[in-house]
Amino acid sequence: MEFDISRFRDTFFQEAEEHAATMEAELLRLEQGGGDAESLNAIFRCAHSIKGASGTFGFDDIAKFTHALETLLEGMRAGRIEPTAARAALLLRSVDVLRELLAAARTGGPPPAGVEESAAQLVVAQRADWAPNAPAVARVDDSAARPYRIRFVPAPEIFLQGMDPVLVLRELERAGEVQELRVDLSRLPPLAQLDPEICYLGWDLRLRSEKSAEDLRDVFAFVEDGARVEVEPETARPALSAPSVRAPVRDSTSIRVTTEKVDKLVDLVGELVIAQSMAAEILNNFTASSLLRLQEAFSEMERYTRELQERVMGVRMLPIGSVFSRFPRLVHDLAEATGKRIVLEMSGEETELDKAVVESLGDPLTHLIRNAVDHGLEPPEERRAAGKPEQGAIRLHAFHQGGNVIVEASDDGRGLDAAKIRRKAVERGLLAEDQPASEEQIHAMLFEPGFSTAEQVSSISGRGVGMDVVKRTVEGMNGAVSISSAPGRGTSVRIKLPLTLAILDGLLLRVGEQTYILPLVAILESVRPTAAQLNSMAGQGEVVIMRGEPLPLVRLHRLLNVPTEVTDATRGLLVLVENHGRRLALLVDELLGQQQVVIKSLESNFRKVEGVVGATILGDGRAALILDVAGLAQMARNARGVIDR
Amino acid sequence: MTTAATLGTETGTQVNQYLTFTLGSEEYGIEILKVQEIKGYTGITPIPNTPPYIRGVMNLRGTVIPVVDLRVKFSMEEQAYDKFTVIIVVTVRDKVIGVVVDAVSDVLDVAASQIRETPDLGARADVRFIGGMATVGEKLVVLLDIEKLLSAEEMSSLTSAA
Repeated sequence: MEFDISRFRDTFFQEAEEHAATMEAELLRLEQGGGDAESLNAIFRCAHSIKGASGTFGFDDIAKFTHALETLLEGMRAGRIEPTAARAALLLRSVDVLRELLAAARTGGPPPAGVEESAAQLVVAQRADWAPNAPAVARVDDSAARPYRIRFVPAPEIFLQGMDPVLVLRELERAGEVQELRVDLSRLPPLAQLDPEICYLGWDLRLRSEKSAEDLRDVFAFVEDGARVEVEPETARPALSAPSVRAPVRDSTSIRVTTEKVDKLVDLVGELVIAQSMAAEILNNFTASSLLRLQEAFSEMERYTRELQERVMGVRMLPIGSVFSRFPRLVHDLAEATGKRIVLEMSGEETELDKAVVESLGDPLTHLIRNAVDHGLEPPEERRAAGKPEQGAIRLHAFHQGGNVIVEASDDGRGLDAAKIRRKAVERGLLAEDQPASEEQIHAMLFEPGFSTAEQVSSISGRGVGMDVVKRTVEGMNGAVSISSAPGRGTSVRIKLPLTLAILDGLLLRVGEQTYILPLVAILESVRPTAAQLNSMAGQGEVVIMRGEPLPLVRLHRLLNVPTEVTDATRGLLVLVENHGRRLALLVDELLGQQQVVIKSLESNFRKVEGVVGATILGDGRAALILDVAGLAQMARNARGVIDR
Repeated sequence: MTTAATLGTETGTQVNQYLTFTLGSEEYGIEILKVQEIKGYTGITPIPNTPPYIRGVMNLRGTVIPVVDLRVKFSMEEQAYDKFTVIIVVTVRDKVIGVVVDAVSDVLDVAASQIRETPDLGARADVRFIGGMATVGEKLVVLLDIEKLLSAEEMSSLTSAA
């Protein structure tokens, strides 16, 4: 397969940088004692993601380094290795090394010096009795200045003792860098009462110094009598992190758009403005003969407006194929690494999703594929023995369903071993020994953090990070994830993503005075039935015979409770829709046309409504409901159920 | 004109501003801070299988908001919409909701001392969403607690038939 991976290199670097920033932020928290198990999980996931992706892109030294990083983190996460501040500091330094590695990989430059040494440090740090070796720490501690907050209120009679507080301040200046100095004038009396031999002043200062608090205190040794001296480190943050703190950049709300696209938008707006001024010009000198020109000007404006809308939407929407296309290489490499024969089948690449959603799908899908290769698919001999083709299959399938986009990743491997998962869950304390759990519940255990059943930890997967990352990522996008499996037949993970931001190709139709929109993907055809095709089944509902097949006939006006004059099906139109392979004929008054509509949520100000995906705004400014075929089918079944009883 | 709806007077009692509107011959008031805007009546799209007092949804500058008809909600006789019919757009706990009323009348300053508790109207009367009664001059204004009125379960949760 012809495949150009370089297009996604930039994405990798951007993501890696984001991961590094997250790791840094969490490590800083950890180092300050503010971190918890969740921070460790987060750091670990970041390292794991970078490792996985760098392997895909062939950056072996990054993969190797992050593997070392990850191994230490895994130990800390599992509680085998204590997450001390020193280890956090080491990890922080490692993140810096990782950044250098990434920068080198990006520019194609030589790998930075000291990578091996850092990696070796990470391995050594797994020992329980590990302590940062003295010189390194001393150097680190000395090289960086710590911030102090110092308050100095000399004794009022300090001058009488022959001392000068200014000398003390000078001394402090020599001890480090005075960043802020404030004079406390609060005790200063009115001039008439001022005694020139009394010291009324006090000082507050912020000092950055390499010296310890005790050393700084010594500066005050001669003036301490009767004075108030406070020397406090400004924060508990150890020296190492202070100078290298970078604000973690999280641009999760921004999208990257090429300048070309933006230029095109600017051009279009320009054209639109010109077309508008032309129309205005025609109107200014309007005569009956200019009507035709006005119509032309309007159709031109309409054209530009439509194009503008499409392009603005195009900025946000991306076919899911752009994320799928990284996987053939991944599967190829994984197949080589594991000695398994694998074919990757992909479908529905053209399904469009919001750009941000598509991008966030990369990591979870990578994990799913790795899991499928590593745990799901059996080695060729085992497959042959089980009577399956030697070549295992992994399928990625994206499609619309109801108001959602479904992405399925499945394999035809050995399936999940429910008994093994159960044992593991009991071991981990997630489940009581005798607690009954359905297969579904047991499968859901796989989404718990740190849950892994792999006997062998490999560099591909098997650390049990994949699934909880998948769950978190998907839920972060307001989606849901579920897993199903049949022993010996394979495993399928289903990611359901909402369509809230999406645009939809819709068919506008009329029922009574109302306009509704049906998603075009669900529609098979529309027909006007003849009386001969219509049948009712003993008061149990109506059917229409289409090419010999009886289909349930659903009167939309009745289902949606809208008054209409078209109650005779032979005078209206039947729209044939398909849902889960089941067909349904919807009776409508007439079809109005096809249009792209922007889906507006009903839930943001109201609530979910059965049978409705959302609403949209029509050309005349009215709101119209977008119907959900799956929901309608359900409603129709319920309605019939009522009749049954 | 003050920007704040709550003013302290010399006597120290609190004064709240209420937007008053009519439903038939009755006069109601809602706290003006909850009011986002007032719109003339525009097209409303009905939503299937919702309580009758939910008239449907409307387009408020690109956002789809539900519209509640107070006449129906209060079981009053329905009346054809005319040129006085307005939609008061209110914000209730982050949700934007339109409320159809016959007409808006005034903005009233109501001191806390002017507000009387709702009299006991017997067990059959649902007075949960009535915040009190205020007598302003000759008029009796029913002050509505819009939060209670519009955040009831039927507005937020799905009462599915399934």
